[in-house]
Amino acid sequence: MTSVAHAKPQGGGGGHDAHAPMSFWRKYIFSTDHKIIGIQFLFVSLFFLLVGGLLAMQIRWQLGFPGKPLPGGGILPETMVSGGVILPEYYVQLVSMHGTFMVFFAIMPLLVGVYANFLIPLKIGAHDMAFPRINMASFWLALLAGLIMTASFFVPNGPIRSGWTNYAPLAARPDLSGVTVGQMLWCISIVVLGLSSVLGSLNYITTVINHRAPGMTWFRMPLSVWALFITAILGVLALPVLQGAAIMLLFDNVLGTHFFDPVAGGQALLWQHLFWFFGHPEVYILILPAMGMVSDIIANGSRKPIFGYHSMVFAIIGIAFLGWIVWGHHMFMSGMNPTLGSTFMVSTLLIAVPSAIKVFNWLGTIWRGNIRFHVPMLNALGFVSMFTIGGLSGIFMAATPVDIPLHDTQFIVAHIHYVLFGGSLFALFAAITYWYPKMFGRMMSERIGKVHFWLTFIFYNMTFFPMHIIGMGGQMRRIYDPTIYTFLKPQQPLNVFISYSAFALFAVQILFAFNFLWSLKFGKKAPQNPWDDNGMEWSLPNPAPHGNWERTPNVYRGPYEFSAPEAGDKDFLPQYLKLPSDRDPVPAPLPAGH
Amino acid sequence: MRWWLPDAGSTFAGPIDALFLAILIITGIALVLVEVGLVTFVIRYRGRPGRKAFYTHGSTRSEVIWTAIPAVTMVALGLISNHYWVLIKDKRSVPPNAYHLGVHAKQFEWQVTYPGPDEKLGTSDDFTVRNQLHVIVNQPFAVELTSEDVIHSFFVPEWRLKQDAVPGMHITAWFEATKTGEFELGCAELCGMGHYKMRARVFVHTPDEYKAWVAQQAAGGTE
Repeated sequence: MTSVAHAKPQGGGGGHDAHAPMSFWRKYIFSTDHKIIGIQFLFVSLFFLLVGGLLAMQIRWQLGFPGKPLPGGGILPETMVSGGVILPEYYVQLVSMHGTFMVFFAIMPLLVGVYANFLIPLKIGAHDMAFPRINMASFWLALLAGLIMTASFFVPNGPIRSGWTNYAPLAARPDLSGVTVGQMLWCISIVVLGLSSVLGSLNYITTVINHRAPGMTWFRMPLSVWALFITAILGVLALPVLQGAAIMLLFDNVLGTHFFDPVAGGQALLWQHLFWFFGHPEVYILILPAMGMVSDIIANGSRKPIFGYHSMVFAIIGIAFLGWIVWGHHMFMSGMNPTLGSTFMVSTLLIAVPSAIKVFNWLGTIWRGNIRFHVPMLNALGFVSMFTIGGLSGIFMAATPVDIPLHDTQFIVAHIHYVLFGGSLFALFAAITYWYPKMFGRMMSERIGKVHFWLTFIFYNMTFFPMHIIGMGGQMRRIYDPTIYTFLKPQQPLNVFISYSAFALFAVQILFAFNFLWSLKFGKKAPQNPWDDNGMEWSLPNPAPHGNWERTPNVYRGPYEFSAPEAGDKDFLPQYLKLPSDRDPVPAPLPAGH
Repeated sequence: MRWWLPDAGSTFAGPIDALFLAILIITGIALVLVEVGLVTFVIRYRGRPGRKAFYTHGSTRSEVIWTAIPAVTMVALGLISNHYWVLIKDKRSVPPNAYHLGVHAKQFEWQVTYPGPDEKLGTSDDFTVRNQLHVIVNQPFAVELTSEDVIHSFFVPEWRLKQDAVPGMHITAWFEATKTGEFELGCAELCGMGHYKMRARVFVHTPDEYKAWVAQQAAGGTE
């Protein structure tokens, strides 16, 4: 394969279509095409997002109306509800599985599974992932892990009861947690999921390093690719730690080892160290890709180059690096040596610095722009304003003395939802709408998208902002009935308010689901470059064919040349467009085996 | 309806609440700055036909400013916080005149062991009461936290005190209550299905009341 000069790369997968036409199964089910795999991840993880949401609704019912029968609760078995009222053990399972599904099977695969797969090759001008079959295996393993996790609802004693964090020894001792098979399934599912993530991450890393098109230098990569690349490095280093810990936990449960149970010489805090050594980088796995994609969309919406591109790249790297040395801030109250608390406090507070750099550069990007308020841009702006709250509320818990009253209260719940819903999920609404035309060849409805954004934004804040106040009042996390505490009783009306808001927030997502599904068939046909963007993916027809480009494209400039003087009367200048003054890049030597 | 932290009930509440307020002001300023900037820019630079965005790749001076200001603020905040953190949590900060109590957590109750009339823990006149914590106002107390089974967390919101009780570990947490009356002790770490009801009553007495209560308990009385 030689890449020689051609003014504009041609779309159409001619080279690959030369083979016999692929069957439906080969094309859509056992696909090795990174775009199809991305779409597979999209459907599966949106389903798990719905599952996680349904669990959240039940949690909110119980917290808002403790002791009242759950509407429709009659269909649940006696082990979960009694006379329609949620049982304490089921409540703890709801909390545990809501977190598990949202973190591992909704947000992480939505950001990484979908967009690392879909975007990396398209944005760097590659024909596919470095290892397409491993990529397929990564999807099927993730699905298998999801099914194993779901199965734990249907086994005796049900799913885990120790939170998504599975603190030992509670999670290590079936006699104390009351969970048997469910705990084993959690561990097995996580090991399988970890394998999927590691395979995926290796693929993303290799692809970014080896398969960039000629001219796609490191500092011409879009921030989305930078973020996904750094995320993949975090993934490949973090997930194996969790897998190891999950295997040890499984052994404690099944084989009678006592890694985490001090009764026979184990260490209870060992689990927390291992879990959070994975878990804190995981937090950044759940936000960095969102930041990257939002950066692309904000530059597009503002019609301006991203402000401070290099500091944005170094901020991503800085956040990822600091993310490795802050895990102890989850353990300030754990009985760990307080001196360690001091060091973890400092490293945690320092994360505010690269985070602030990102927020200010987004502001700098929209400053003096010529803003287009398309749905992805609205959601991206929603991301910036909400992530700011999530980031700032983190400073309260980072300051160790202030963490004492706030630790393990609803304040933490508010914080994590400002980051993961206000941050990651708004970014996902933006990203799904933005790349939908390249995935499916149609546009999502702009009108429904706008209504969805505004209603979500309002109900989201009504749901999660008051949780800060409830947490300040002292409401502990994961308690089944706050009303039994005298000091929590006065704030119960706020709990009711939060629950109503949460139900409205959930209901509004029907708009998004409808828009997503309806547009698959009835959406407006999308032009090749509907957002007037500069990315390499927009040089391809909709939907892009297997193999992407017929011939490897050339890259002539950075990704954010909006409103560049050379662009003439247009306000964008694609990376793939060759101007008379441009020289063709010298192709890098191809990696062995090609 | 309560919109703030619970009423202050120990010596920790002063510095912690002040620090909370300081962070609220700092983050509040940052938040207003960002959100007002965002809304202003969004309105002012909304797209209009015939206009072109200002083509710029950034400004090194701005980058330096908005890197340095958060960095300095965070380091200062860290130093101030650390002072109080050490005061509250460091073993060496436990006042020498503190009364020591044993608090043993188990699914789903708090067992509080009192030193008895001799005021020494670990002697034969010790007695243990379930789910009742009695202390003296304006007197430092240190609880020796242990756990029978899983991790629990000792949490009295008015005292701004939280400390996990970890099986296999012996952790000392001290405090000095400043308000008499009845409060609640809750468990802040998920410890099983009964986590929510792992609740104890907390009584802050005057010294005389406390003495009377101890005498009554030591005599085998019940309350």
